[in-house]
Amino acid sequence: MTMQVTMTVNGEEVSREIEPRLLLVHFLRDEIGLTGTHWGCDTSNCGVCVVLLDGVPAKSCTVLAAMAGGHEIQTVEGMAQGGTLHPVQEGFFQEHGLQCGFCTPAMMLTAQALLEVNPDPSTTEIREAIYGTACRCTGYENIVRAIRWAAEHPALEEVTA
Amino acid sequence: MQTPAPFEYERATSVDNALALLERHGPEARVVAGGHSLLPMMKLRLAGPEVLIDINDLADLDYIRVDGDDIAIGAMTRHAALLSSPVLAEHYPIFRDAERVIADPVVRNRGTFGGSVCQADPSEDLSAVTSALGATMVIRSTEGVRTVSAREFHTGPYETVVGPAEILVEIRVPIRPACGSAYEKVDRRAGDWAVAAGGCFLTLDTGGTVTDVGIGLTAVGAPHFCAPEAEAALRGHPISDEAIVAAAAKAAAATNPATDQRGPADYKRHLAGELTKRALRRALVRARGEGA
Ligand SMILES: Cc1cc2nc3c(=O)[nH]c(=O)nc-3n(C[C@H](O)[C@H](O)[C@H](O)COP(=O)(O)OP(=O)(O)OC[C@H]3O[C@@H](n4cnc5c(N)ncnc54)[C@H](O)[C@@H]3O)c2cc1C
Ligand code: FES
Ligand code: FES
Repeated sequence: MTMQVTMTVNGEEVSREIEPRLLLVHFLRDEIGLTGTHWGCDTSNCGVCVVLLDGVPAKSCTVLAAMAGGHEIQTVEGMAQGGTLHPVQEGFFQEHGLQCGFCTPAMMLTAQALLEVNPDPSTTEIREAIYGTACRCTGYENIVRAIRWAAEHPALEEVTA
Repeated sequence: MQTPAPFEYERATSVDNALALLERHGPEARVVAGGHSLLPMMKLRLAGPEVLIDINDLADLDYIRVDGDDIAIGAMTRHAALLSSPVLAEHYPIFRDAERVIADPVVRNRGTFGGSVCQADPSEDLSAVTSALGATMVIRSTEGVRTVSAREFHTGPYETVVGPAEILVEIRVPIRPACGSAYEKVDRRAGDWAVAAGGCFLTLDTGGTVTDVGIGLTAVGAPHFCAPEAEAALRGHPISDEAIVAAAAKAAAATNPATDQRGPADYKRHLAGELTKRALRRALVRARGEGA
């Protein structure tokens, strides 16, 4: 028994025939081929599967693709615009905000959402915002610095010159 | 890979539509709100509904407002909204205390008030909050609306009075003047379920006598998430730190915790007393308007 689901992923409308039990993380990775969304604990604990659902961070292993129908999803693939990195991505690059990179898409999307509502967060606010995602490499210091870097460089032109 | 067993998916367009769908599909149908308790249970095959009725489009169940003498909260209100609500911060900071330590910010973006209390997990924080506050639960079916006191809402672990063709639509909390409230929780790491937690409200008259009090307990096997003997020890008596210590001891005595991976029973019982004491002390400061 299948159903048709249509949603917007990174600004593009996508439509697939799926089983209702398909989780959003597998829809994005296996049906759409966007493997930037990672998949870890499968138990809604580790937070590596975070995507933005209507702009708000959500654990995609605990959302049905069917539930995302009609909504806007943004994944890490949707962060850079026309070949220009998002300030958060640039911050992770500048401040070595990643080691193995497994948690990085979730961390960056969470940071993007945070900066949209709070453009100048304190390090405490950053730590509170990201604690839904575990960094297995425990590189939290640099992740926090990377997000501060992005807060301090909202316009990319300032740094790429 | 954990995948739920197959089921049929329906998306409700209104409360009436959700109720009609529940009636049509019978007891094997379940509503899904945030899905952050139900979907993990379905992955583990601890739940296997044949039909899932998605109620996330019911935006008319997502509100926190003053309604007469009560604060009315819609069942689809997310944890994140409870945490940031100015209305709740003003009247009942117990919500902010509890929400700060419920899961993590990403889970709080999806999980709902209704889903929490209907899940009826013995470690669910908001069940103890509603029990402490003497909330009223508003339940709807195609027959109409009925209300149940928070202390009669849970019938056991993972069990509530909500029938298979019913939906919890609203939680109501009476606004109380000169009221202070607080919630205290011990968990093993940030974002984890409680080892134990306690919350309370109290109201005082101008002479410092406790005019009303409610105490809620989480994860310690307290029937209906509350501590009536401890409340009775305070109600109608002058407030003092000795009275708080004595009431907290009564709260601890009324618990029946289980030893599990979160800790031994005697430790949890000790925590129940200690956290009740801390919550009462903080609520007292707030009732006197001396601190946040
Ligand atoms: C990693 C993690 C950590 C967590 N930590 C905590 C914690 O520390 N403290 C805590 O209290 N909770 C914690 N939770 C639980 C979280 O608060 C709940 O998952 C969530 O609030 C349940 O709400 P939901 O909207 O996701 O419910 P769902 O999963 O959608 O539903 C749960 C149950 O309630 C029923 N239901 C939902 N809404 C209604 C309604 N309106 N009427 C009738 N029945 C309904 C469903 O049919 C289902 O049986 C945690 C969850 C996760 C994933
Ligand atoms: S894979 Fe989703 S929270 Fe770990
Ligand atoms: S960089 Fe390795 S998990 Fe975070």
